[in-house]
Amino acid sequence: MINKVVANADEAVRDIPDNAVLMLGGFGLSGIPENCLAALLRKGVKGLTCISNNAGVDDFGIGLLLKTRQVKKMISSYVGENAEFERQLLTGELEVDLIPQGTLAERIRAGGAGIPAFFTPAGYGTEVAEGKEVREFHGKMYLMEHWLRADFSLVKAWKGDTTGNLIYRGTSRNFNPMMAAAGKITIAEVEELVPVGELDPNQIHTPGIYVQRIFQGKNYEKRIEQKTIR
Amino acid sequence: MLDKVGIAKRIAQEVKDGMYINLGIGIPTLVANYIPANLNVVLQSENGLLGIGPFPTEDKVDADFINAGKQTITMMPGSSLFSSAESFAMIRGGNIHLTILGAMEVSENGDIANWKVPGKMVKGMGGAMDLVASANHIIVAMQHCSKEGASKLLKKCTLPITGLNCVKKIVTDLAVLDVLPQGGFKLLERAPGVTVEQIKNATEGKLILEGDIPEMLI
Repeated sequence: MINKVVANADEAVRDIPDNAVLMLGGFGLSGIPENCLAALLRKGVKGLTCISNNAGVDDFGIGLLLKTRQVKKMISSYVGENAEFERQLLTGELEVDLIPQGTLAERIRAGGAGIPAFFTPAGYGTEVAEGKEVREFHGKMYLMEHWLRADFSLVKAWKGDTTGNLIYRGTSRNFNPMMAAAGKITIAEVEELVPVGELDPNQIHTPGIYVQRIFQGKNYEKRIEQKTIR
Repeated sequence: MLDKVGIAKRIAQEVKDGMYINLGIGIPTLVANYIPANLNVVLQSENGLLGIGPFPTEDKVDADFINAGKQTITMMPGSSLFSSAESFAMIRGGNIHLTILGAMEVSENGDIANWKVPGKMVKGMGGAMDLVASANHIIVAMQHCSKEGASKLLKKCTLPITGLNCVKKIVTDLAVLDVLPQGGFKLLERAPGVTVEQIKNATEGKLILEGDIPEMLI
């Protein structure tokens, strides 16, 4: 099997240039590529367009890259938990494209699946529809939405093997599988990297064909935004 | 008048056995606490889970298990996990029987506004636009009037729209109302101690009154 293992996050992101379009997996802080985010911070690449459901919090996740002004544009569905984000948005330093969550997920899925556009009812009659083609199917109105693709997709999985097959855990799967498929170069960081043959093929969520680089991450913080107990 | 818990309790009476349900953040989340134990229903979390269980005990807190409000959760026996694309495919496909969400305004033809206030920081619509565009049945939990006393049940929404012609039922601190397909808020029940006159005064949109309006049973 093709071996896609790289030593660490720094090696994995080595050729991400300024102004790259990135997809970053995660919902809130769950399932985010912590090691790759830290490596991007160290590398100091600038002008990034980040496609990610959320924008992290002030001191974690994509929030870290916002603080260092490495992000030019965010493409997200909800960005509510970040004061630095709000400041940059109000001063015009940061561009933001807000997209309904299901449309965002499907645009990324379409990108990975080679479907350049599709019709969805979400956002019809709202400001999301401005400038978009509207068409009626079976008596209901739909908007045409285009695929999203990325130069690099940074995803986080629970387990992976050396040829890039991935298994996610719990709700940390979220946007990761579609992003893995929609990146020209997909970098997967995993909590546990195993030799080929150790993962049950029946249980693979992301087939290795979508993954170009994989490494075992370290020091996962897995921060919780809203710890709620019974 | 109903408080938030009262609104949640009244909405819980709309839940039927066998339903798949998506609950929004805020009052809708509270509804889960009042669904009768004899009903078998499945709660969906749009970040990728069917079968939301109770909040965890301290020793079971796990960063890999959160709901759409980013709160830690547990699963139920029979739960299933999936991606965000699959999650919204089941929403768009019309498989969710009941969607309960909050609103800032609802119009008499069922338009809903709940994502953006001009001049205030825009946080995003999250999954609200997808949910309202495809739900079979939408119940809105809201206050009848703003803190300043202005009606939120309007002829036409003034705030940016989340979805058109989609709200079917509204439960407020004052009343239960249906939004009729031909337009208009049909008053079904009064909150305890609230008069029809009070509801009339608090409703800017077209209010439809037929016969005696009973007080709701909570």
